[in-house]
Amino acid sequence: MQKIGVFVCHCGTNIAATVDVKAVAEALKGEPGVVFSTDYQYMCSEAGQNLIKNSIKEYGLTGVVVCSCSPRMHEQTFRKAAQSAGINPYMVEIANIREQCSWIHKDIWSATEKAIILGKAAVAKVQLNAPLTAGESPVVKRALVIGGGIAGIQTALDIAEAGFEVDIVEKQPTIGGKMTQIDKTFPTLDCAACILTPKMVDCAQNEKIKIYSYSEVADVKGFVGNFTVKIKKKARYVDEDKCTGCGICTEKCPVKNVPNEFNMGMDNRRAIYIPFAQAVPKVATIDANYCNMLKNGKCGVCSKFCTVGAIDYKQQDTIVEEKYGAIVVATGFNPIKLDDFDEFAYSQSKDVITSLEFERLTNAAGPTSGTLLRPSDGKHPHTIVFVQCVGSRDTSGCGKTYCSKICCMYTAKHAMLTREKYPDTDVYVFYIDVRTPGKNFDEFYRRAVEEYGVHYIKGMVGKVVPRSDGTLMVQASDLLSNEQLHINADLVVLAAAIEPDKSARSLATMLTASMDTNDFFTEAHPKLRPVESPTAGIFLSGVCQGPKDIPETVSQASAAAAKVIGLLAKDKLTCNPCVAQANELMCNGCSSCEKVCPYGAITYSDKEFRMPDRTTAIRRVASVNEAVCQGCGACTVACPSGAMDLKGFSNSQIMAEVDAICK
Amino acid sequence: MQSEMIKRAKELLASGEVARVVGWKAGEFDYDITPGVFTTAEELDSAFLYNDLCEANLSKYMIAQSRKEGKTLVFLKPCDTYSFSQLLKEHRILRENVYVIGVPCDGKVDVDTVKATGLTGICSMTSDGETVTVKTLYGDSTMSKADAMSERCINCKSKKHVVYDELLGEEGDVVADNHRFDMVEKIEAMTPDERFEFWRNELSRCIRCNACRNVCPACSCEKCVFDNEQSGAFNKGASDSFEENMFHIIRAFHVAGRCTDCGECSRVCPQNIPLHLLNRKFIKDINELYGEYQAGENADERAPLNTFTTEDVEPSIVYERGGKQ
Ligand SMILES: Cc1cc2nc3c(=O)[nH]c(=O)nc-3n(C[C@H](O)[C@H](O)[C@H](O)COP(=O)(O)OP(=O)(O)OC[C@H]3O[C@@H](n4cnc5c(N)ncnc54)[C@H](O)[C@@H]3O)c2cc1C
Ligand code: SF4
Ligand code: SF4
Ligand code: SF4
Ligand code: SF4
Ligand code: SF4
Repeated sequence: MQKIGVFVCHCGTNIAATVDVKAVAEALKGEPGVVFSTDYQYMCSEAGQNLIKNSIKEYGLTGVVVCSCSPRMHEQTFRKAAQSAGINPYMVEIANIREQCSWIHKDIWSATEKAIILGKAAVAKVQLNAPLTAGESPVVKRALVIGGGIAGIQTALDIAEAGFEVDIVEKQPTIGGKMTQIDKTFPTLDCAACILTPKMVDCAQNEKIKIYSYSEVADVKGFVGNFTVKIKKKARYVDEDKCTGCGICTEKCPVKNVPNEFNMGMDNRRAIYIPFAQAVPKVATIDANYCNMLKNGKCGVCSKFCTVGAIDYKQQDTIVEEKYGAIVVATGFNPIKLDDFDEFAYSQSKDVITSLEFERLTNAAGPTSGTLLRPSDGKHPHTIVFVQCVGSRDTSGCGKTYCSKICCMYTAKHAMLTREKYPDTDVYVFYIDVRTPGKNFDEFYRRAVEEYGVHYIKGMVGKVVPRSDGTLMVQASDLLSNEQLHINADLVVLAAAIEPDKSARSLATMLTASMDTNDFFTEAHPKLRPVESPTAGIFLSGVCQGPKDIPETVSQASAAAAKVIGLLAKDKLTCNPCVAQANELMCNGCSSCEKVCPYGAITYSDKEFRMPDRTTAIRRVASVNEAVCQGCGACTVACPSGAMDLKGFSNSQIMAEVDAICK
Repeated sequence: MQSEMIKRAKELLASGEVARVVGWKAGEFDYDITPGVFTTAEELDSAFLYNDLCEANLSKYMIAQSRKEGKTLVFLKPCDTYSFSQLLKEHRILRENVYVIGVPCDGKVDVDTVKATGLTGICSMTSDGETVTVKTLYGDSTMSKADAMSERCINCKSKKHVVYDELLGEEGDVVADNHRFDMVEKIEAMTPDERFEFWRNELSRCIRCNACRNVCPACSCEKCVFDNEQSGAFNKGASDSFEENMFHIIRAFHVAGRCTDCGECSRVCPQNIPLHLLNRKFIKDINELYGEYQAGENADERAPLNTFTTEDVEPSIVYERGGKQ
């Protein structure tokens, strides 16, 4: 029988306002093994911790139950306190009477009753706790960054700067992400390429950084400090080491009608292409969907013209396996598809475009070489209507419920730049609210209105109707003057909501990292741990975690890098001693556990056993590699006979808790 | 078929290829045919049987037999080979110590089915493949074999052997259009209360003889949780009838994804509890949620319940379905 001390925390009023903490301490006094039970205002404070330490000494406690907040908050704190008073840290159990009790109940009587039950379960568990000792595991001093947008680039550069090796896996042929497609950037209006390109080049030239472009993560195994990742390098049919990026192939290729994704399909590229002039790596890629040679073996032009013999029509996808200590997710975003927004006539008229398409129409490297022309007839638009919040803040079910955060600012940017370059153009912006809470942001927006004469109208666009004369009839309501408006526009620009990259969900599954219902990665704590995923060793950078502009993306990217550097700077990590263990006498050797173990921690061996009739039998039995096991418990559930058990969370401990609750 | 089998068994014994033979022999009643081990030609001649009454699945015996000195010859019907192959997959049988002869089966006659027609005082039963003749204390009666077959044979899932060293007779095919899930569907259509009532009623008859577990090829644990004082499931059943029902539910979970639907559990139950329906519900759910899967069909294939893929159904879908019923 253990000698157990119970400590009930008030957490100020967080717990004490809804739970009668004195009654809880009193009730738990009667539980088997409890020799001391008390309550205190803040158990995590120094005085609170001293209360635990002193009680351990005074009453000779062998086990401690703290009824307080979630173990994620303070389990470590209380374990350390117990350890410093001379008992094994794993003899401490937490009953979560805050998140799981006081915060979710209103009625004092029932909350108190529940707190007592939770306390009883923890006492019952401690009875069966055994001292555990944690081992250590080494840290692989290399990081992986998934996604090579500005977020991934910044994170990689910072990690490399600290002296650690870092690999970037980017699924496109070049790194750079959406920022490569943007023309000028708010709030300073400097050109995106001018500030991004040097960083892309830095990545390429930094000897600590390795770029896997046109590649994807195929498989992730392992755990913090020790991930094994399979990277699929997709066949680009060009030898990256030989190609000099001269581009002759992209001029000679006879297939000229491939929609150019860099320019949002508004012009064409060849079947062999380099996305844009500043691409990194500057290497050509063959689009297998269009290449004649790959489709029917008839062509081979590019190979004839390539002076270095880089073209390789036989190239295959290859898998590279690498080990990493930390993984950063930086998979970014995409504008949503506008198929569900018929009212804006996006699919009917070429002159209804998205904001990202607008960026390309104003960019010197874009389809119109930077002159703003209507996609339908190449004429100058004289009236432009911008519509904000297309699919953002939308509760109708067509779009996203959240605010995409960047649209107010880039629309102001677009409107302002249009008025500056083409003062003869009338510019209207329809908005629900204008949200500009960033440094110099509101000043930026006011300039658009006050200095550039952009017509900002609070109201919704109900319908856009293409007319026979080529113009667009925009029907809208002005909410402030309460009137219906009809504007004859030449161009309509939709600020489409942004959403996480579609690949994010399967990636999250591979990484066992959690996501919210919108498929944005969730952080370990929204305020205090914003760049870490709840899964140890996985970090978040950029828009994959939530909508952000470039300044915010870059600061988050550097923050994630700092966390990674902190991890990689360690030589060893303390392992979790709550690992699985197979009882060989009961093990059938059936392999159920091995098949479910996500970490590959279970192996088998044939062992000799003495049988009841004095004979011996050779049986196949499981054993767990403690350095690899992460204590997830999957195996213990898969094992039919109960031979597999988890230290610190044994079947009997959990049963004891359940029994205590049901008593 | 019987004489052919005896002939092959004798040859293999004589050549020293195998040390013993596992087959069928008469039991306490002559319609009650039981598994038997034969080590000599004489034993085979005098006791070995193979006829329409040989229902028992012999695969599970191979766990112990394959660990003995020398090889063991076992005769397996098509459905038995699925159990055998599942046991191979779970590393329970040492394949190199077993010689499998696949034998054909066109459905077995089941004494419980015959009794259910109202016949009592049964002394013996014989079948000529078409007609079953039943001798009772009150006179003889005959019925067509189809009427005397158990449900599992009427809804036979396969006449194909999935593993063997040698085949006797004609090889058959997988039976795709069986109706084995009809009753599961009926139970699914019940209201939760009706369903609870249905199972409470069925399971209330259980006498905890453990026959179902002991015969089950999936229940091959070195130490079953129900026999393990430390397991927390020990002796489920002794305290009250609800606990007792838990035995079946826990067992169904343990064999989920591994049960080949051999039907032995329901066959041996002295209380005629339709245990196979629990297992079939799992099989049906697995088919629907993870794609068609037949345990034992392929010893190398990974089982859906312990394979993880990014295409797996989301828990929400499972909840949705679970909630609907
Ligand atoms: C029209 C428009 C105008 C904008 N204008 C401005 C502006 O003026 N100023 C400003 O501050 N912000 C602006 N923004 C916002 C800015 O684009 C983003 O803040 C920034 O691009 C976010 O960078 P990121 O790296 O997080 O994401 P991205 O730029 O989306 O980069 C993600 C990268 O990850 C790659 N990737 C995705 N999934 C995978 C995978 N599974 N495996 C490997 N690689 C993967 C993608 O190919 C991409 O290269 C604008 C946005 C839009 C849409
Ligand atoms: S608890 Fe089991 S399944 Fe989980 S990592 Fe450890 S051995 Fe593998
Ligand atoms: S699941 Fe259980 S019985 Fe099977 S190998 Fe693992 S520990 Fe042994
Ligand atoms: S549960 Fe029944 S049907 Fe399934 S394998 Fe066991 S005995 Fe056969
Ligand atoms: S009931 Fe479970 S523990 Fe018992 S023998 Fe069957 S599978 Fe093994
Ligand atoms: S065979 Fe029938 S009576 Fe016996 S334990 Fe199983 S269900 Fe109960």
